[in-house]
Amino acid sequence: MVSAVFHSPLDARDAAQAAQGATSPAAASQPMTTASTAAPAASAPKTVSPKPPIDWGGWALKILSPVAGLALLIGIWALLTIKGDGAFPTPLMTWDAAVALFADPFYSNGPNDQGIGWNIWFSLKRVAMGFGLAALVGIPLGFIIGRSQIISSMLNPIISLLRPVSPLAWLPIGLLVFKSADPAAIWTIFICSIWPMIINTAVGVQRVPEDYLNVAKVLNLSEWKIVTKILFPSVLPYMLTGVRLSVGTAWLVIVAAEMLTGGVGIGFWVWDEWNNLNVQHIIIAIFVIGIVGLLLEQALVAVAKRFSFE
Amino acid sequence: MSAFIEVSQAEMVFNTKKGRFHALRDINLTINKGEFIALIGHSGCGKSTLLNLIAGLLMPSSGGLICDNREIAGPGPERAMVFQNHSLLPWLTCYQNVYLAVERVFGGKESKDQLKKRTTAALELVNMAHATHKRPNEISGGMKQRVGIARALAMEPKVLLMDEPFGALDALTRAHLQDELLKIVARTQSTVVMVTHDVDEAVLLSDRIVMMTNGPAATIGEILDVPLARPRNRVELAEDPTYMHCRKAVLDFLYTRHGVAHKDAA
Repeated sequence: MVSAVFHSPLDARDAAQAAQGATSPAAASQPMTTASTAAPAASAPKTVSPKPPIDWGGWALKILSPVAGLALLIGIWALLTIKGDGAFPTPLMTWDAAVALFADPFYSNGPNDQGIGWNIWFSLKRVAMGFGLAALVGIPLGFIIGRSQIISSMLNPIISLLRPVSPLAWLPIGLLVFKSADPAAIWTIFICSIWPMIINTAVGVQRVPEDYLNVAKVLNLSEWKIVTKILFPSVLPYMLTGVRLSVGTAWLVIVAAEMLTGGVGIGFWVWDEWNNLNVQHIIIAIFVIGIVGLLLEQALVAVAKRFSFE
Repeated sequence: MSAFIEVSQAEMVFNTKKGRFHALRDINLTINKGEFIALIGHSGCGKSTLLNLIAGLLMPSSGGLICDNREIAGPGPERAMVFQNHSLLPWLTCYQNVYLAVERVFGGKESKDQLKKRTTAALELVNMAHATHKRPNEISGGMKQRVGIARALAMEPKVLLMDEPFGALDALTRAHLQDELLKIVARTQSTVVMVTHDVDEAVLLSDRIVMMTNGPAATIGEILDVPLARPRNRVELAEDPTYMHCRKAVLDFLYTRHGVAHKDAA
C-alpha cells in the first residue's frame, strides 16, 4: 500500500500525465454529447444544417466498455456466490441492503449507530482537518527546502527516514500526545499526507527554469514579485500533483485509523459491521470508500488542469 | 562618441565538478554609445559568457566591467537582455509579460495610465499589438521573440543585450526580424551587443564585429569595422564589395585561422 501511495516525484509526474491522459477522453466526449443533444434542437426549425454525424464507435468505447467491465465484475461475483449459503452475500442481497441503507443516510441512534451519510461526513471532516494542516505546513516547507540548499540537505535525511513509515505506526504517538482518539486520527492523516506535498513542492521549486530566474534577475524584481509572478505559477502544477497524492493518502489512512480509534466514521463503521457480521455493509463500504476517493481525486485533477499552462 | 561600456582585463574561470574551466582571458573591449556590436565565434568560445558578464548575471573572476561610468555589480534594468529562447513567462499574456518589466522600471515615478501606454507602445513597436492578450504558447516562435524584444525595449535600457536572439528561428522569419531590428535600432538609437554565430547577421546588423578565438581560455582575436552606410538593405548589400569584403574577413577568421578541430565539430 505504501509503495503505491508514495511515488517518487518523477513517478508522480508520470502519474499525473497518465491521469490527465486518462481523463481527456472523458473530457473529449463532453462536447460530443452536448453536440448530439443540441443538434435536434438546432435542426427543428425548418432544417437546413445537416446533423453532425455521431461517432457511435467512439461513444461505445468510452461509455459501453467501462459499463461492460463493471458488469463482468458483478457477474463473476454473482457466479461465485450462486450456491450461496449466506456466508458471502450475492450482488442482489448487497443491492437490497444498499437501498435500505441509503434510504435514510442521516439517522442517528446514539454514537455507535448512525447513518452512512454521517459516517462519510465525519471521515471527510477528519481528512479535511488533517490534510488541511498538512498543506498549511507542507507547502511552505517545500518552498523553503526548494529555495535553500542548506535547509534542503538538513531536512532531506529526516524526510527520507520518516516518509516510508506506515501510517498506523504514528497513531500511538498521537494517542500519547493528544490523549484522545479524534486528534490522534487527524494527526495520523497530517503526518502521512504531508510528505508528497513537501517533496513535490520542493522539486517544483528546484525545477523552476533557470531562464525565468534570469528574467527575474535582469528585471531586478523584488522577492515578492519573484514569488508571486515566477515561483508560484511555475511550481503550481508540481504542488497540485503533491496535493492530489496527499488527498489519496489521507483517504487511505482515515479508514485504517478509524478502525483503531473508533468514533463515528466510515472506517469505524466497517469494523463495527464486521463485528455484527454484516458482510453486505462491508462490501457497500468498500464501494463507498472507492467512489469518494475517486471523486476527491477527480476534483483535484480538474483543479490541476485549470492551472496547467503548457 | 564616448566609451560607454568598458571591459578591462576581464577573466572568467568556472569551478565545475570536473575542475576549473578557464573560459575567458584578457578581454578588453570598449563599446561606444549608440554602437551595434556583434560577438561572433564558434560554439563554446565564451561569447555568451562575455554577454552575461556585461549583463551582470556572472561576475568576472578578475578584471572589471564598467557601464556608463559605473562598475557592473549585478544585473539591472538599464542593461536589458533578450534571451535566445525568448524566456517569456507562459502564465502571463504578452501584455502582462511586457508590463512586468515596465512596472519594475517606471512603476515608482509614473501613473498606471502611462505604464499601460508604454506597454502598448512597446508591443506596437515590434508589430505585436494584435497579440496583446494572447499567452506565449498561442503565438509562433518569431512572435515570441518579438515580444521578448518588446519587453527589453520597453525598459528603455541604456544597452540592449541579445543572446543569439534569432538562433532558434527559421531563415525567413529571422531575416524579417533582422530587418525590423535594424529599423527599431535606427529609431531608438540603442546601444546593442548581440551574440551570434551567423556571419551574415553580424555583417548586416553591426558597426563592429568582435571575433573570438576558440575556448578554453578564449579571448578577442580581432575586431572588424563594418563601414556600411545605414539604412542597410539586405538585397542591395548582397553585391556590395564592402559587404562581401567584411563577410570574407569574418569567414576567414572563423574557418581559416580559427577553424574548429574535427572532433569538436562533430
